[in-house]
Amino acid sequence: MKPGFDTTDCYTIEGKLALPYTYFAGRVGSTFITTLRDKQKIMGVKCKRCNKVFVPPRQTCERCMEDIRNNWVDLKSGGEVVNFTVVRYDDRHLPRKAPFVLGMIRLEGADSPMVHILEGVDPDQVKIGMKVKAVFSPKTTNTILDIDHFEPNV
Amino acid sequence: MGNRKKNRNVGIVGIGETKFSSHREDVNQPEMIHEAVRQALDDAGLTMDDIDCVVHGNMELFEMVHQPDMWHTLGTGAFGKNAFRLTTGGTTGGTLVAAADNLVASGMYDTVLAIGFEKLQEGHTTGGITNMADPLWARKLQSGALTDSAAVKVIAEFGGDRARRAAMMYRIIMDKHACLNPNSHRAFGLEWDQLEDLMKNSPPLIGDLRLIHMCSQSDGACAMIFSAEEKAKKISKNPVWIRDHITVHREETLNLCNNYYPNETTHRFAAETLYKRNGIENPLEYFDVFEMYDPSAWWGLDWIRDFFLLSGDEHIRLVEEKEIMINGKIPINPSGGVIAANPIGATAMIRVAEAAKQVRGDAGPHQIPRPVKHAMASSFGGTMWTVLFLLEKELNWQGGKHD
Repeated sequence: MKPGFDTTDCYTIEGKLALPYTYFAGRVGSTFITTLRDKQKIMGVKCKRCNKVFVPPRQTCERCMEDIRNNWVDLKSGGEVVNFTVVRYDDRHLPRKAPFVLGMIRLEGADSPMVHILEGVDPDQVKIGMKVKAVFSPKTTNTILDIDHFEPNV
Repeated sequence: MGNRKKNRNVGIVGIGETKFSSHREDVNQPEMIHEAVRQALDDAGLTMDDIDCVVHGNMELFEMVHQPDMWHTLGTGAFGKNAFRLTTGGTTGGTLVAAADNLVASGMYDTVLAIGFEKLQEGHTTGGITNMADPLWARKLQSGALTDSAAVKVIAEFGGDRARRAAMMYRIIMDKHACLNPNSHRAFGLEWDQLEDLMKNSPPLIGDLRLIHMCSQSDGACAMIFSAEEKAKKISKNPVWIRDHITVHREETLNLCNNYYPNETTHRFAAETLYKRNGIENPLEYFDVFEMYDPSAWWGLDWIRDFFLLSGDEHIRLVEEKEIMINGKIPINPSGGVIAANPIGATAMIRVAEAAKQVRGDAGPHQIPRPVKHAMASSFGGTMWTVLFLLEKELNWQGGKHD
């Protein structure tokens, strides 16, 4: 089908923007990452007012506005899938080749789920409520990918 | 342009400012913002439960974060509340205050929290700002945020030596103010006897604009709480009233069409309009302080004339005679101004916040040493934007005669 607009001799400018950035993780985020990296341990922070445990951690409970930065709690590396999706397309920004599973995983002792890659299970076999555990990366990147992925806890 | 109809009066009841600096590795964006929010809430004696709406703003692209207002909820307290994100370039902080004032004055919300922030060290300012230019006409022909247009203008009118001296005097005055302000990012301790040396030896950037003239790139946040008259009086012992504000812009500069427009700045137009509709006949006499968004010493020097509707060399003489210093006839930027700290999305709000603190009398070491009743605060942004505020200590304004 012919397009409806006459674009004869209309010039298009090809451009490219560089968007470099540095992100300051802050004390709370840094503590989480260094503990993960050095001790292969996942930590959360607990709000003293509402008793919710947040992971990834944050400085302030956004519900209660409490400063919770120093109220660390150790978490186990096991948890359960509270939701998930199957990524079925490939693109450069994606962490795995399709198809792969991104799960919302609530660690034991935590109230907020965290997003991570779920492996070792056929995408069609993932179930909400499935027990999973963290598999730590052999090589550190100082990011959340120091947890390489989660897999079924059998 | 007729009077704006203000449904009810709006008072500033809480102010929070972080310390401004080049680097804040110890906090992420929501954590830094939270410092200002916490301060503003404590200043007002309020909790987030008292806030009806949160207005959030920063520069687009500067931290490479999309939808920062959503992400920053961890620090802003906006969870479950009505909220807006606004961005208008350098004027963003002023637009946030204008929006908060309108939201409260209209009756839509009783108490509004406005937050401006920037972490310029996380992004690439020039990478973000050069996208303002038209891709076909201007993007390959621009100098980014740096320009010596004001220098060219002032030098052409007053001669190189007088103009350069006055610009450097302005710069040293701002540094002397910055040294009084504990929140300053840059406070060098410049002395008068360095003036000639700086005129010759400060690294040149573009034309007659030198490094020492130019503002910094800073990290920081500012938060302010606004409430309707009745509540404001209950919340605060000394609310500062927003008498009026105006926004003026002309966006022609960076598409190179500027020759078609009359050579009147948005600053002068904003000031003329605001004074006229408020009956202020002699702004230099009327105001006790002016917090100006002065991105460089050249602009600061040049713009005094526009904002106070002066003519000839009156503005140059105000600087030469040091009348814009904290103890002068019309103190300008006792905070040190934008050259001392420029977390851009917060910068214009800081002007209003600092002006309000001067009116309250609790600005700290840079408090003007005489009563401040009438204040003005300006915002500037690209390509030519002005947001201008009139603040008052009392709710009794009738015309513009100095009492």
